[in-house]
Amino acid sequence: MREFNSMTKSYFKHLPAMRLSTLYISFTIAAVVLSLLMVIHASYRQTAAQRKIQERADLVANLKLTDLCLFTEARYTRHPAMSDSFAPFQDYPGALEHFPSGSLVSPPMRNYATKP
Amino acid sequence: MPQNLNRYRHILDFALASLLRRRARNFSLFALYTLILFLLASLIFFVQAIKREASLTLVNAPELVVQRMIAGRHDLIPLEYAKKISEIRGVTSVVPRLWGYYYDPVFGANYTLLVPDSDQPQPGSIIIGAGVARNQRIKQGDLLTLQTASKTALLLTVQGIYPTDSEILSSDLMVMATDDFRTMFNFPLDKATDLAVTVANQREQATVAAKIAETFPDTRPILRGEMLRTYQNLFDWRGGMLVVMFGVALLAFVIFAWDKASGLSADERQEIGILKSIGWETSDVLLLKFWEGMVISLTAFLCGVLLAYCHVFFFSALLFQQALKGWSVLYPSFTLVPTVDLYQLTILFFLTVLPYTAATIIPSWLAATVPPDTAMRS
Repeated sequence: MREFNSMTKSYFKHLPAMRLSTLYISFTIAAVVLSLLMVIHASYRQTAAQRKIQERADLVANLKLTDLCLFTEARYTRHPAMSDSFAPFQDYPGALEHFPSGSLVSPPMRNYATKP
Repeated sequence: MPQNLNRYRHILDFALASLLRRRARNFSLFALYTLILFLLASLIFFVQAIKREASLTLVNAPELVVQRMIAGRHDLIPLEYAKKISEIRGVTSVVPRLWGYYYDPVFGANYTLLVPDSDQPQPGSIIIGAGVARNQRIKQGDLLTLQTASKTALLLTVQGIYPTDSEILSSDLMVMATDDFRTMFNFPLDKATDLAVTVANQREQATVAAKIAETFPDTRPILRGEMLRTYQNLFDWRGGMLVVMFGVALLAFVIFAWDKASGLSADERQEIGILKSIGWETSDVLLLKFWEGMVISLTAFLCGVLLAYCHVFFFSALLFQQALKGWSVLYPSFTLVPTVDLYQLTILFFLTVLPYTAATIIPSWLAATVPPDTAMRS
């Protein structure tokens, strides 16, 4: 106990004498509250962004867009929904994928697939 | 305070003091643990936000896109296909889409050129995405020069710039009139890039797609559901870079757990022996070790998740940007709408906090069950 007291004094001497458990529990409660605030913040931002998302959805409808603009380096990563599953490798036989974003984009998911 | 609760607090006090006694080791453990959780939680937040964005915006994408395939490659589709497809029962409309790519040799960027079927810009004018404007350093009213397929210059006036809020969709877009597009690429008048098909009954989409594929064996219909599913599977864990990141994080975590589970140090064994000899029960020792593991893992989890949230939604996933940019010159700058997937965070919690805590307890339980004098002498 003596060791514990001396440790408390040396590590937290600028604070009024407080048990380590009190400090830890306070910190954990603060972190849990912040985590809850994070969820509330996300929910609030989602509600606030509804108008902008609707504007973006309208833009998709007006321009008949099919893809998000995430990667512009290769056509199969710019429009993954429109590409073939073999697109990264079709430049020549045995071609290797050489665009970094190609490793982040999965092949298009075709449910109804008559062609690859 | 109830006596039982007080007992727990005393043990927690002791556990914290014990952790502080080996502070260098435990702080480095905590920092590394937090870093791993930060990376994993950042990935979860980033991917979920992109998926949510895709599911909410691409819900208005064309119901069915028909591409023509020649020799395994996407080819221009004759407009006569549109006429025949529109005769299929259930098809409401067939709109030819004109779009393509343009590589800017000056700035080294790739742009997507597109012609809308309604509200087209005036011929000689263009509407560009914010990324293009940033890349070309131009503003509304400026002139933009593009090189046509016949190597002549096509001068277009910037009629408007899409707002930065829509950069996740329009960053690299150049929207122009049909005539300008056809001049740009010497595009045949009787062809389109692909066809956007509208089907009256949503349930008939797959049937119509099958009919199109049957009638035109050289075409490939792509349903809206497939477009959306493509984005739901984006950043799949099997993807190259992600599997490396997950692998590294998992390996680091296994090293932690292995370090803990492979046994206690002589000091720790001695400490358990002393505690047992002064009257601590085995359950008290286990509780002490549980708290030691929990303090590190729970704190690392909470800190990692909170830092990841700030990283992705306040700093636009700064650490991932180099990987996302790749070799592209034009990189869309967008702020994601925060999404917290509690299900995935819960899985992350159970996959990281609990195994670590268990790995802390098991060797302590083995040490606590031997007689105190043996533990002290070991």
